[in-house]
Amino acid sequence: MSVQNWTYILVGLTFALYIGIAIYSRAGSTKDFYVAGGGVSPLANGMATAADWMSAASFISMAGIISFAGYDGSVYLMGWTGGYVLLALLLAPYLRKFGKFTVPDFIGDRYYSKTARIVAVICALIVSFTYVAGQMRGVGVVFSRFLQVDINTGVIIGMIIVLFYAVLGGMKGITYTQVAQYCVLIFAFMVPAIFISIQMTGNPIPQLGMGSTLNDGSGTFLLDKLDGLSTELGFNEYTNGSKSLTDVFAITLALMVGTAGLPHVIVRFFTVKKVKDARKSAGLALLLIAILYTTAPAVAVFAKTNLINTVSNEEYSSMPVWFKNWEETGLLAFDDKNADGKIQYVADKEKNELTIDNDIMVLANPEIADLPAWVIALVAAGGLAAALSTAAGLLLVISASVSHDLVKKVFNPNISDKAELWVARGAATVAVAIAGYFGINPPGFVAAVVALAFGLAAASFFPAIVLGIFYKKMNKEGAISGMVVGIILMLFYMTKFKFGWFGGGTEADWWFGISPEGFGSIAMIANFIVAIIVLQFTPEPPEDVQEIVENIRIPSGAGEATGH
Amino acid sequence: MSEKQEKATAYWKENVRYLFILLAIWFVVSFGAGILFKDALDSIKIGGFKLGFWFAQQGSIYVFVILIFVYVRLMNKLDKKYGYNE
Repeated sequence: MSVQNWTYILVGLTFALYIGIAIYSRAGSTKDFYVAGGGVSPLANGMATAADWMSAASFISMAGIISFAGYDGSVYLMGWTGGYVLLALLLAPYLRKFGKFTVPDFIGDRYYSKTARIVAVICALIVSFTYVAGQMRGVGVVFSRFLQVDINTGVIIGMIIVLFYAVLGGMKGITYTQVAQYCVLIFAFMVPAIFISIQMTGNPIPQLGMGSTLNDGSGTFLLDKLDGLSTELGFNEYTNGSKSLTDVFAITLALMVGTAGLPHVIVRFFTVKKVKDARKSAGLALLLIAILYTTAPAVAVFAKTNLINTVSNEEYSSMPVWFKNWEETGLLAFDDKNADGKIQYVADKEKNELTIDNDIMVLANPEIADLPAWVIALVAAGGLAAALSTAAGLLLVISASVSHDLVKKVFNPNISDKAELWVARGAATVAVAIAGYFGINPPGFVAAVVALAFGLAAASFFPAIVLGIFYKKMNKEGAISGMVVGIILMLFYMTKFKFGWFGGGTEADWWFGISPEGFGSIAMIANFIVAIIVLQFTPEPPEDVQEIVENIRIPSGAGEATGH
Repeated sequence: MSEKQEKATAYWKENVRYLFILLAIWFVVSFGAGILFKDALDSIKIGGFKLGFWFAQQGSIYVFVILIFVYVRLMNKLDKKYGYNE
């Protein structure tokens, strides 16, 4: 059977599964809609969190980015997993004990202020919208490459599916589809990785294969071989980076803290029964994420070595079929600058003849390694699962921010549960439409901004939540000024160096040599400092708020999440 | 201070002590071994891996997973000790 048919079958089956689950787990109340009724088991929540967290970027792009960045790619590996340690130790158990529906709920109540709540809602919307546009685009890209449908049709199909289970099922529907999506995506990522690891090193475990010797009888270690190939072609050694130490440090920190501060990840921990379950499911989530995150660097090494071996200094006319296929998609481009008919893939931009898109390392990997058709189709289903699960989680944060935090808590506190549920569904529908619009007409800034969503989350939420739990005397004036200064500083820095506003600037002008991707760390520190300074000049929080803090520090008597 | 509150304060102190220890390890394996001392550790090789590079792309992640499960265990014990478990 052809790859195309396999893809139709696998994608069709998985979509039918998601829709079936959505119908089975419809939301009947706002509690179902926001926190899945509050009775999700730690394992199910761990799987759902893992799928929620691993987006199209993790599944499709990350291994490719590492493949071309080598050691520098470690910032993503450590940053996007290390954040879970912060989440599990500093946030999840206490927020679960607090027992409300959303992150702005916590900020609004803990800082006894509508202003704080609204600032938090704005931050949540900025972070979630930048993120979700990228996901819808990812859905469209997978559709167009594997099913030969138009990219816009792909986005629309994706929108309808997400709409169906997010609007109908809310958090309840999303949770159980995410459990299924985790299974699909991890299977789809691991199968090709294991095949290729066996092919190249004879070791079926990719994490070990990466550090093994090559299968060709030479006895050379794979990583040494790749270091050698890289330097031969004029690139950096694969296992050494080119970024400065300060910048690697800052980016890793910003990604870790940003991960812990992302609202769509935090709300997942409101869905479990007890504080104990929140801790356990954070551990399970990271374990399940780590399976993909420790395999990705191995895939990166296999794919890069394979690619160099296949193309470097070979005749263009003798290239395998996949090369021509991917040329058609524009992800591979060959330009015979010296007209010798051979492919020169080198670091020197003047002489390099091959341009390769990051995404190809995962998408084309099974073809490069000559794996069976069903494995190639599996990658398409996995990419879709990754993109859809993350999009759904983000849409829920957006709709809850509007229906719960704005409509119920600010504008119309007397709204009935039923009416609020309908507002939530309406908000989710509007959010899907906006996300779809950006997926079809991607503004140039989306790609640049998605990575910065972490900086924004790090600069705004993380300090406010951590201070709210660990610093009983922190008051509203301190927290609000911290959040405002943090997010404005981050927005200023990223627009200055990414879009050239405020006079723009180049790498030489970076403050402390830190790139916009890493600047979230600085903005976060600024947030903490401002909050603590302002606190010195403003009154203490009221007694009852200090009691709330005392209370969330103790795990027992958590009860179920409520909106009141 | 009431007895109830004393208990809560003592529980919180122990909790914060665990956090300091676990986060110190979190920092050492990622920012320490994977970034600040990466070059020094790279002179040690285990199989095909240079040690600093291994920590940055593999080791730190394994340690993160272990850290959370150790935390879960410690806190479950602590909850029992203070009678906060349910």
